Amino acid sequence: MRRIGDSPPVRALLIALALVLTALFLVVPLVSIFYQAFASGLGEIWVNLSDEYTWSAITLTLLVTVITVPVNLAFGVFLAWLVTRFSFPGRRILQTLIDIPFAVSPVVAGLLYLLLYGRGGWLGSWLANYDLQLMFAWPGMVLVTVFVTCPFVARELIPLMQAQGSAEEEAAVTLGARGWTLFRRVTLPNIRWALLYGVILTNARAVGEFGGVSVVSGSIRGETNTLPLHVEQLYQDYNTVGAFTSASLLAGLAIVTLVIKAWLEWHTARRSH
Amino acid sequence: MARFTPHWLNVLRGGALVATLGLTLSAPLAQAADRELLNTSYDIARELFAEINPQFVTYWKDKTGEDVEIKQSHAGSSKQARAIMQGLRADVVTFNQVTDVDVLAEKAHLIPADWQQRLPNHSSPYYSTMAFLVRKGNPKHIESWQDLAKQDVKLVFPNPKTSGNARYTYLAAWAAANDFDNGDETKIRDYMKRMLGNVAVFDTGGRGATTTFVERGIGDVLITFESEVNNIRNQYGKDDYEVVVPKTDILAEFPVTWIDEYVKRNGTEDLAKGYLNYLYSDEAQRTLANFYYRVNNDKIAAEFADRFPETKLLRVEDVFGSWQDAMATHFSSGGELDQLLRR
Repeated sequence: MRRIGDSPPVRALLIALALVLTALFLVVPLVSIFYQAFASGLGEIWVNLSDEYTWSAITLTLLVTVITVPVNLAFGVFLAWLVTRFSFPGRRILQTLIDIPFAVSPVVAGLLYLLLYGRGGWLGSWLANYDLQLMFAWPGMVLVTVFVTCPFVARELIPLMQAQGSAEEEAAVTLGARGWTLFRRVTLPNIRWALLYGVILTNARAVGEFGGVSVVSGSIRGETNTLPLHVEQLYQDYNTVGAFTSASLLAGLAIVTLVIKAWLEWHTARRSH
Repeated sequence: MARFTPHWLNVLRGGALVATLGLTLSAPLAQAADRELLNTSYDIARELFAEINPQFVTYWKDKTGEDVEIKQSHAGSSKQARAIMQGLRADVVTFNQVTDVDVLAEKAHLIPADWQQRLPNHSSPYYSTMAFLVRKGNPKHIESWQDLAKQDVKLVFPNPKTSGNARYTYLAAWAAANDFDNGDETKIRDYMKRMLGNVAVFDTGGRGATTTFVERGIGDVLITFESEVNNIRNQYGKDDYEVVVPKTDILAEFPVTWIDEYVKRNGTEDLAKGYLNYLYSDEAQRTLANFYYRVNNDKIAAEFADRFPETKLLRVEDVFGSWQDAMATHFSSGGELDQLLRR
């Protein structure tokens, strides 16, 4: 039996089609972001980059990411370890629950947090008694970002840890390793590449998150605007160059992420041979 | 396991370093001003307040000796109202929709119901009206709301269901027809049907409509606030477009108020009132007129008389009873707009 791609002309056609589609849907938009940013010259870009609000958007994005990534790193490792190394009632349910942030639209996640922690929400009114405000301030944005990005690390680790099984760890235990030593010297080295991969995905998503943080941000310039929100606002203001300058920062970050990801994949593939 | 190297720990330590760096970077965000005021505003007012705020800071420093900082938040004013109801502690709002301030009084009880009486001109320091942006030379000869219902005219404005800007367009067309046809509802509905039938694209918001008209080149007329139309013209080329202000039009108020509950909590009541009253001063009114907003201050209005064509402005309250009535009759589900669009 012949397969569809067996005859050379058909194969060439299919490859060409794939390449053209990739170019149209991925490369052209990406290039146009940079083109739009640079269209009015470097001077304009510098004006927009040195803008105090752009700068504060960058720092806020960094702050949110820098808190989100370690939190979800710890949470993901803990969860994956729990799910793959222990058998307990509700384990399967827990494994399904991990995916909720992926299944729920980020906007809905933002609204949920708003209903819970906002004015009139039951946790919100309790916090208000202590004059603590989470929503419409950076802690709320961190909370939502943590929620939205929490499955990445666990999702990367669970299949790997399931495949590896617990044989090495059991051997270590018989040799007297306990707790932290066991984790640090046996579990961690086995999962580190997958872990790094999860961290990179978490990082990329935390930097780019829009829907959820948009709901809880309050859009205060210079205070609760992350880079993606900043891009939208500049665009709304008819500041096209500014919007695309900030957008190309995000796009640049995405490209760096992809390069690291490719390098990691190459590294993992090489190691497994 | 030999694979494990201390290098891995170094990576973690590096991460912690970056974390510290991030926190240090964000520290200078806190400014050294004595007090802060948060002005929650609509989408397209960023440049306006970027100019007014520094002037106010100087004015306040001269008057009281106090250093203050004005923070700005911009988004669609319905979204802003919702955020304030959910706990965004805005000291003052400067909106482009009366209904969005009303909500703060009726649903959230954050301000008294008579908020419009607290400042001059129904608490609206500036106002605008709807204008037509037409292509160079006005090839379709669009001069009035009636012209928009002509057969070969294609219109661009956002969907009145989702955009406050477009609600004004809809109400202005209705009010103008009401004026023209002396209240004959059959004739008004007939006109509205033809007018709405001419809409080429219903975008969700004003920005999208602008893109459709200017960048995609669709339609003969873009209808939006007079202030916006002029900004678009400045942005996309003065010579490619012309602005037409019809002889009969709607009064679009830009309501402002302080949020009683939050200014008490933030200790900014005097500052908030000072800020809003400042918007009525000669200096601020001049800035507003510079941004193509109409002002009530006679002296400044005279200075900019050539900028604002004379037009008969109808108030929503006078034509439709009240905003609540207008919203219920025209924009509710199954209301007048839905019936007109069904055809």
